Amino acid sequence: MKLTRTQKLWMFEKMVESRHFENLIKPAYFEGKQPVFNMAKGPLPGEMHLSDGQEPCAVGVCAHLRPCDAVTATHRPHHIAIAKGVNLEAMASEIFGRANGLSGGRGGHMHLFDKDVNFCCSGIIAQGMGPAVGAAMAAKLRGKDDVAVAFIGEGAANQGAFHETLNLASVWNAPVVFVVEDNAYGISVSKRSATAIERNADRACAYGMPGIFVPGNDPDRVFEAARDAIARARSGQGPSLIEIETIRLEGHFMGDAESYRPEGEKDALLTRDPITLYRTRLENEGVTPSTLDVIEATAKDRITAAFAHARQSPAPSPEDAFTTVFA
Amino acid sequence: MEKKRKLTIAKAMSEAIALEMRTSPDVLVMGEDIAKMGGVFGNTQGLLDEFGPDRVRDTPISETAFIGTAVGMAAAGMKPVVELMFVDFFGVCMDAIYNLAAKQSYFSGGNVTCPMVLMTSVGGGYGDAGQHSQTLYATFGHLPGMKVVMPSNAYDAKGMLAAAINDPNPVIFMYHKALQGMGWLGTVQRSIVHVPEEHYTVPLDKAHIVREGQDITLVGLGHTVHLALDAAATLESQGIDAEVIDLRSIAPLDRDTILASVKKTGTLISVDDDYHSYGVGAEILASIAEQENLQLKAAPKRISYPDIPVPFAPEMEHHVLPNANKIVSAAQRILKVGEHV
Repeated sequence: MKLTRTQKLWMFEKMVESRHFENLIKPAYFEGKQPVFNMAKGPLPGEMHLSDGQEPCAVGVCAHLRPCDAVTATHRPHHIAIAKGVNLEAMASEIFGRANGLSGGRGGHMHLFDKDVNFCCSGIIAQGMGPAVGAAMAAKLRGKDDVAVAFIGEGAANQGAFHETLNLASVWNAPVVFVVEDNAYGISVSKRSATAIERNADRACAYGMPGIFVPGNDPDRVFEAARDAIARARSGQGPSLIEIETIRLEGHFMGDAESYRPEGEKDALLTRDPITLYRTRLENEGVTPSTLDVIEATAKDRITAAFAHARQSPAPSPEDAFTTVFA
Repeated sequence: MEKKRKLTIAKAMSEAIALEMRTSPDVLVMGEDIAKMGGVFGNTQGLLDEFGPDRVRDTPISETAFIGTAVGMAAAGMKPVVELMFVDFFGVCMDAIYNLAAKQSYFSGGNVTCPMVLMTSVGGGYGDAGQHSQTLYATFGHLPGMKVVMPSNAYDAKGMLAAAINDPNPVIFMYHKALQGMGWLGTVQRSIVHVPEEHYTVPLDKAHIVREGQDITLVGLGHTVHLALDAAATLESQGIDAEVIDLRSIAPLDRDTILASVKKTGTLISVDDDYHSYGVGAEILASIAEQENLQLKAAPKRISYPDIPVPFAPEMEHHVLPNANKIVSAAQRILKVGEHV
C-alpha cells in the first residue's frame, strides 16, 4: 500500500494541530507565573511536557489506527492524543482542569483517558507497555483484529518493564507494536550516557521480534514502518518494535533551562523542525502553497476553538474530588 | 558573632553531602539527573564539579538497577546516597528497598549493614496530579528495617542528612517540595534558615518542640509543621496556647516527646498530608489511646489527606489538602471555643 497524498495531507494537518495545541499552551502556561516563575500558579499548574518536534512519531503511527485500536502514551502525550483522535475540546478542558475535561479535571495533562478512541497515558516511565499488551491480548482472545500501540521514550527502554513486556508480548504473540520515540534525552541525561547500545531497535531481536529503526524524524518513513508493523500485528504475526529518531524542541518540562545541552545543539535542532521540512516536501511534490495554507488555517482554528471552549468551561466543584475513586 | 547564612533545604542538603564526600571516599551519589542538572530538586548542586563523575553518577531511568546497586555497595561498606526523584516512583523498585535494603541487617544477624540513604521528594499542592504529588509516609513507615525522616527547615536538613549518611541503616530521607527552595516552586520562607558552615548532626529519632504551649498539642512533619505554626499563631490571638511538635522522624516515631506534650496539654491534633487511613496520624492517636492513666480533656483529632488519589484541578486539590484554617477550626471544635462552640 503506497502512501497517498490524502494520507500525507492528513499527517501534515495533524502535525499542525498538535503544534498549534502546544503553541497555545505556552503563553497560557506562563499566565500567573510571571515575573516569578512558580509552577503552582496560573491556569495550567504543575509540570507541562510539550511535544514540539516529535509530531512525526504520532502521525506516522496513528495514521494506521482505528478508534478501536488501543494506544498507551507517555508523560508527553499531546501529539499522540491528537493523532489518535482524542476529543480536542475535552482534552483541552482536562489540561485546564475543567469540569467537562476528559476526567473532569482529576487527571490533568499527564493522565488523559479517552475511552471513545481507546487512548490513555501515564506519568510513569514504561508503565504503559503492559497495558498495551493487555489491550492487544483482549482483542486477540475475543477474536478481533484490533491492535495496540505503546509509545515510550528512549529512556524507558532501560526500565525492567520494557524488557519484561517485550518478552511477554512475544511469548504470547500479542498484536502489539512498541514505538520508541528517541529524542536523545531522558530529562537531562543523554541517551549516549544511559543506554548500553546505540539502537534500541537492536534490542528487539533478544525478544524474538522485528526491530525497525526509523532515522530522520520523517513522517513518511515512520508511516511506512508503522504500516508494516501494524499489518503484521493485525494479521496475527505478532509484535514489533519501532525506534524513531526524533527531536525534542522544548525542554523536558516548561521552565527547563536545558543547561545540560551542549552549546549550539538547540539551535541546530531548531533548523530541523519536522513540520517546516514536511511542508517543503509537500510543496516540492506539487501541493500548492494555498492548499497547505488552508489546511494549516483550518487546523489552527480547530485548536483555537478547543482552547476557547476550555477557557469558558466551568471549574469542577471541590467536592468532585471525592467521586469516581471507586467505580 | 557568626555571620547568618540563610540556606534553602536544597542547598543545605547539597552541603551536607559535600561535607561527607570530603570526609569519606566511601560516600557517593547516584540517581536520575543528579549530576549535570544537580538534581531536579536541587539537592546535589555543585557535587559533579567538585567530585567528578565517578562519585556523582547520573543513572539511566532504571531504579530497580541503581537502588539495588546501592544495596550492594552498602553491603560492601560504601555509603551510597541515591535519589528517587519522586516518592511516587517507588513502585518499580520497591523490592530493592523493602525486601533487600530494609532486611539486610536482619537476614545477616546484624553482620551486614546497609548504610545507604534514599532521598526522595514528596508532596503536592502545585497541580502535578496523582502520580507526582503523593507523600506515602505511612507506606514506608510501616515497613521495618528502614528509618524514615523528613526535615521541616534547612538547619535540620543538613544535620539530619549528615546523620543519615553516617547511619549504618537504610534511611529514607524525604524532602517536601513546598519547602525545597527551588526557583520554580513556591517555598515556605520559614524553612529557609541559618545553616552553620561546619559539620553537625541532628538526631534521626527525636521529635522537636518548635513552639511551646499549654492548651493543645499540634503534631506535624515537613510542610505541615509550618501549617501548624500558622494555626498556632491564629489560635494565640484567640487565647489558645498551642504546642507544636515537628516529628522529624516517621520511623522510628518519637512517642515519648508526643506523650509528654499531651500529658501537659490534654489533647492533640496530628496534621499530615498523607492518605488518611492507616496513616501517621492513626499511629500517633493509637499510641495515645494505648496509654493507661492518661486523661484527655478532649478527643484527639487527625487532619490528613482523604483516601483519594491527588486530583489535578486546583479547586479540588486545595479543597482536600490540609491547611492552617482546618487546624484552627479543629482546635476550636475540640476545645469548644470560638465560632464552633
